[in-house]
Amino acid sequence: MTIKPKKGRIVIDSKLCKGCYLCMSVCPSELIVISTELNEKGYYPAEFTETNAGEDRKCTGCAMCAVICPDIAIEVYRG
Amino acid sequence: MEKVVFKRPKYIKKVPFHYCPGCGHSIIHRLIAEVIEELDIGEKTICVPPAGCAVLAYDYFDIDMGEAPHGRGAALATGVKRILPDKMVFSYQGDGDIAAIGTAETIHAANRGENITVIFVNNSCYGMTGGQMAPTTLLGQNSTTTPGGRDKDRDGSPIDLSEMLAITKGAVYIERTAVNSIKNIIKTKKAIAKAFKVQMAGLGFSLVEILSPCPTNWKMSPVDACEWIDDGVMQTFPLKIVKDETS
Repeated sequence: MTIKPKKGRIVIDSKLCKGCYLCMSVCPSELIVISTELNEKGYYPAEFTETNAGEDRKCTGCAMCAVICPDIAIEVYRG
Repeated sequence: MEKVVFKRPKYIKKVPFHYCPGCGHSIIHRLIAEVIEELDIGEKTICVPPAGCAVLAYDYFDIDMGEAPHGRGAALATGVKRILPDKMVFSYQGDGDIAAIGTAETIHAANRGENITVIFVNNSCYGMTGGQMAPTTLLGQNSTTTPGGRDKDRDGSPIDLSEMLAITKGAVYIERTAVNSIKNIIKTKKAIAKAFKVQMAGLGFSLVEILSPCPTNWKMSPVDACEWIDDGVMQTFPLKIVKDETS
């Protein structure tokens, strides 16, 4: 029996993000980049790059980005 | 089946924080709200917010709050706790608030062994008013009132309030933590939970000092500010359990 790999995804609320980029500094898979579009507050928010919804996702849902995010802008899903 | 592993805690309102990018205050707000949710004490917790950057904390916490005048958090929390001994009462104070104008109130509240919890956020400057020197500013650290660095002979040395409070008889649990890395954030949450449990068990005064980044007034990027807590602030204020008489 093979163990099904646990995969995750995150949702970044670009309205709440203030562009401190602490999430980028802790992401082990480096899946977060700076957006090219300004948000309402005038910051360049962080952006999650993984659009793949399949089984070979890199994001493990470790939630380190969400734990360090000062603005609670990140929600993490796993499974 | 996909499940949510991290979301906004129940006792933080869904509004944007006014804090600067990379500020430690909102991380600490979240940790407190998570602890309140996990201990299921939201309906009986009363917070006393300070004067300082966190003065608007009542806009973010969905619990009962009573604003204290500058520095008087421990005095107001004492009053609230004595009138309502069944409630969980904690004050939330910055370093300019607790270590400068509020030193007397804090030391005597600890000395009386008041059954309250103090969350002491140490960012080693006066954040809201523009980065002036606070009692906790490090030697050599630039601030708007110590251009060229804090000088020991002219300005005195940084004050270690946690150690000062630890020598009082009434203080039961004092720990210094930080919110500059994942590991330290998890430790901080445990320390806050322990401090709240000390109060709920009626043991006495508990305090958690949290080293927090202030990228705006330190004139650093948020990532650099977190690194500077490791390299600079922790050399003066090492992380440790300053006092633990709970066992």
